[in-house]
Amino acid sequence: MFRRLRTDDLTTTIFFDGRPLRCRPGDSVAAALLAAGIERFRTTPVSGTDRMPHCMIGNCFDCLVEIDGQADQQACLVPVREGSQVRSQLGTGRFDAA
Amino acid sequence: MTDAPRTHCELAIVGGGPAGLAAAALAAELGVETILFDEQPTPGGQIYRNIEANSRKHDALSNILGADYAKGLALVERFRRSGAAYEPLSAVWQVSAAGKLGVSRKGRAYLTRAGRVILATGAMERPVPIPGWTLPGVMGAGAAQTLMKASGLVPEEPTVIAGSGPLAYLVALQLMKAGAPLSAVIDTSQKGLFETGFAALPVLSGFGRDLLKGLSWMAALRKARIPVFSGRNLAVEGISRVEAVSFETRGKRQRLSASLLLLHEGVVPNNQITASLRCRHVWDTAQMAWRPWTDEWGATSTELVAVAGDGAGISGARAAAHRGRLAALDAACRIGRISRAERDERALPERRHLQREARFRAFLDSTYCPTEAVRRLADEAIACRCEEVTAGELRAFVAEGFTDINQLKSFSRCGMGQCQGRMCGGTVARVLAQSLETDMETVGYYRLRPPVKPLPVAQLAELGNAERDLRPSPLGVDGDPSQRV
Repeated sequence: MFRRLRTDDLTTTIFFDGRPLRCRPGDSVAAALLAAGIERFRTTPVSGTDRMPHCMIGNCFDCLVEIDGQADQQACLVPVREGSQVRSQLGTGRFDAA
Repeated sequence: MTDAPRTHCELAIVGGGPAGLAAAALAAELGVETILFDEQPTPGGQIYRNIEANSRKHDALSNILGADYAKGLALVERFRRSGAAYEPLSAVWQVSAAGKLGVSRKGRAYLTRAGRVILATGAMERPVPIPGWTLPGVMGAGAAQTLMKASGLVPEEPTVIAGSGPLAYLVALQLMKAGAPLSAVIDTSQKGLFETGFAALPVLSGFGRDLLKGLSWMAALRKARIPVFSGRNLAVEGISRVEAVSFETRGKRQRLSASLLLLHEGVVPNNQITASLRCRHVWDTAQMAWRPWTDEWGATSTELVAVAGDGAGISGARAAAHRGRLAALDAACRIGRISRAERDERALPERRHLQREARFRAFLDSTYCPTEAVRRLADEAIACRCEEVTAGELRAFVAEGFTDINQLKSFSRCGMGQCQGRMCGGTVARVLAQSLETDMETVGYYRLRPPVKPLPVAQLAELGNAERDLRPSPLGVDGDPSQRV
């Protein structure tokens, strides 16, 4: 759905549901996922429908994903970190860290 | 940024947009020990998002974002030089009336005690609750702009922008410059910039440049042969994602295919913290939004807390910097760094700029009514995205006698999801007001409680610097003298 204006600085790698994605240091996790064509960030706890980010500034909470085992992370507010394991959040998500 | 959390400061500022940056810079220059907390990784807020990195590169993006965006760099540079402390990637989850801030950063929560607080939490796009707006592929126009500024991302599939207000046209222009496949703009404002612009000419003297800028954006769209429809009663079509948007134009229903639909009906103050503080709020009929009541310095009804910038009522980025400086001057005066006379003297040029900006804002408010966001919602439209409650379900609750907004919240679950009512508060209040045939002031707003940003219970349990008497009370109740530290 989105393309990058520049592709010469994609030096960071994160993983989404196990799949490696190259991204730019400074990208938010949400931007990295959208640039990779990912639309289903999470499914809702109520009806199980797919959601992708709506506001991109921390208000809508539709970009919630699991990052390195922690559920409920706002992908639009978390910068990418080399090697991060990001998973789509299904329903209420899992809390591996607990 | 240091790793040991700072437990005290004279002035805490929340938000790193133009108001927060200008306030922090001036306060620090006047010798006030200042910390600016911001959720973003770099200063600039949403309007000047990523301005430092984007100014260093002179590439396609700088040209797309334009000269008004580039002006933000001066604010950031002055802030960087000022000596104000800066805590990026920090979520402020509580502000108490006694000046305690709950902050979460790098997975740790801690408390900071401030002598005074300036909230510069800015604005958010007004939610546009049309049928189908939760489908993947539907975003705010501002969200698309954020992706452009922050990461250089532009849409690559057929995109439709639908809405009202200057930002809708600015984003259209920027996407066009970026070579995005923009298929159409649906203008929902129901008034032409020409008509209201000419009618308002007497008050607009001195704003020729701004007016021309708006008109030039529309001319650029025409030149690129991008159709501009006047439309209302929008609905999103699609099963698992957006496929098309339909709307009424000249009495007929029209349908446009779209892979990405960008909605925009103006912006509203981000009031989450002032609402949780129970500051006095005012319903702004021109802007159709709540804003905290403030005096001429931005001070709220809560003694230690001021609000600056769009969070105190929408007036735009230029005005936000001036409002930030006024709040900083007042803070410096209260803290004892400058006299009242010096405060008043230094405020004069800021006030002159603000008076000028106010005239243009009044014109924008009257031109761009957020038609789609304030009309009667279709029964099937989702009001609360988190709990997936439709307008029809809300009306059924109201018909059963749930006529208080907080009662409605408890029974419908609207406003009880992850976003804590940010996306549905205005909509639920409006559905209620329309059903009861009353006004927004009578309906009021959700009773918000801290934490105003969700954080894991584990972080609260391990508050980084918690001395016992620094801990917030379990109910988050404030103003109790026994809690003073």
